[in-house]
Amino acid sequence: MTRRTIKVGYLSRVEGEGALKVVVRDGVVRSAELSIFEPPRFFEAFLRGRSFSEAPDITSRICGICPIAYQMSAVNAMEDALGVTVAGPLRDLRRLLYCGEWIESHALHIYMLHAPDFLGYAGAIDMAREHGDLVRRGLGLKKAGNEILSLVGGREIHPINVKVGGFYRVPQRRDLDPLAEQLKHARDSALETVRWVAGFDFPDRERDYIFVSLRHPSDYPLNEGRIVSSRGLDIAPAQYDEHFEETHVARSTALQARLKDGSSYLVGPLARYSLNFDRLSPLAQEAARAAGLDPVCRNPYRSIVVRAVEVLYACDEALRIIENYQAPDLPAIDVEPRAAIGFGATEAPRGLLYHRYRLEADGSIAEARIVPPTSQNQASIEEDLAGFVGGFLELSDEALRDRCEQTVRNYDPCISCATHFLRLEVDRG
Amino acid sequence: MADAPPRRARRAIVVGIGNPDRGDDGAGRAVVQRLRGKLPAHIEAAEHDGEATSLLALLDGADAAFLIDACLSGAEPGTVRRFDVARSPLPKEDFQVSTHGLGLAEAIELARALKQLPSSCVVYAIEAASAEPGASLSPPVASAVDIVGEKVQAEITLAEGIRHA
Repeated sequence: MTRRTIKVGYLSRVEGEGALKVVVRDGVVRSAELSIFEPPRFFEAFLRGRSFSEAPDITSRICGICPIAYQMSAVNAMEDALGVTVAGPLRDLRRLLYCGEWIESHALHIYMLHAPDFLGYAGAIDMAREHGDLVRRGLGLKKAGNEILSLVGGREIHPINVKVGGFYRVPQRRDLDPLAEQLKHARDSALETVRWVAGFDFPDRERDYIFVSLRHPSDYPLNEGRIVSSRGLDIAPAQYDEHFEETHVARSTALQARLKDGSSYLVGPLARYSLNFDRLSPLAQEAARAAGLDPVCRNPYRSIVVRAVEVLYACDEALRIIENYQAPDLPAIDVEPRAAIGFGATEAPRGLLYHRYRLEADGSIAEARIVPPTSQNQASIEEDLAGFVGGFLELSDEALRDRCEQTVRNYDPCISCATHFLRLEVDRG
Repeated sequence: MADAPPRRARRAIVVGIGNPDRGDDGAGRAVVQRLRGKLPAHIEAAEHDGEATSLLALLDGADAAFLIDACLSGAEPGTVRRFDVARSPLPKEDFQVSTHGLGLAEAIELARALKQLPSSCVVYAIEAASAEPGASLSPPVASAVDIVGEKVQAEITLAEGIRHA
């Protein structure tokens, strides 16, 4: 059999680096392998010996796109270990901060990375030449998220205001008023975004995913909840290791997470939405229905619509929090170090982010474990490719490559958390 | 008859781009740190991580911009290059120190596509030796930082002189 390997260069418009190889024989997809070149688990090693109080600032540097997610999982795990609960306005402020990160990250992905796939542009720059108004709307939306990070997080990039027990500094009620005005405009833009992306042409593909996300008694999950699945799993974050495991894949230096029975699972917007539709605000639910989404969505290409619904929810929720906000008396509660193990799980824009720390009596970190969402989704990305590419083989190499890229981008893989540049290779034999 | 709107003051900005925790990737920011206090009061000096969309927001409304970044083009570490990006795009393949998909070259092209690129826009690129986490600037890059600082200052002095002449 003659082998014809088509090397198609870097996969742009995902964060970081990686490589993808799709092998096709006699019209059938034999394999789809996503190899990720994970740098040594630098941060887990780097955290050992550092104080519990340094974890939020150190881990927030793992990713420039989702620093809040790392801070939140870290502080939750530390507070779990040290036996304190952050409640009231401090809890609300953390939720507000997380809304800012969702708005920022999702707006970037929808407008700059994923929409060009649906509209037939090579990237955001080409799209901007013809649709400057749309790109400006996306940038404006993202900026509203940045403003939340600047105000509550201390600065836009690598925010520094979050600490174990609360914050270093908290805003007064009046400080939030200008933000509320900006968020009202952002909410309008978000609603327009949902309507816009709902009109895209979606490949008719579905998979029976095992969805995994947090679930909270009353809120759409951001920084707290139990870990649940669409197959009935319902556990505390402390039980994560009893049900999930990370294994090395030969072709990759990264770890791939699976359920203990070997099944792949899906984290991120599609899972969150499908397991928590009833926790969305009425405005977000209504917009989702009007956009043609059912309360459960199994078509990964529609994840762009789900992200838009989550941006709308995050704007709505941020406004609700600001409206009810009363500054707390103290920016943080006291914490005392002790020897303990703590667990934290929060919903990064890309999905569940799990942290586990073991602390010595003086509060120094003896052991750190971090499972980012992209390593949890990796098996699922490969299965999507293997399952869907077969239906697209009539496409030219170039169009097939584009479709593969679009399929990977459904996940908004934050490859900088887990990998480096993604190269794509289609081997049709 | 209404008065003509007042002429908007000319806005000029110097931006140092990079990650200060990644060795030579912090070169652009080091230049801006050296220039602080040495520039005319109306010229902004900013440090930035290079993420395209927020860089775009920073450049919005500027008439003149100097952008200083580290690059990896295969040249001798410490090599300094000047690009007039108002005239032509940056060679994208040389500016991939960041692992993020959208960087300086994309920010400039996005600004151009949206007609937001400052009419005068210059990039100084300093060839990096390494972007090791936690490392300080390598000796050739540290020398280049001083050179670029002087060049930017000289260009600004010249431009200011022309404006006031």
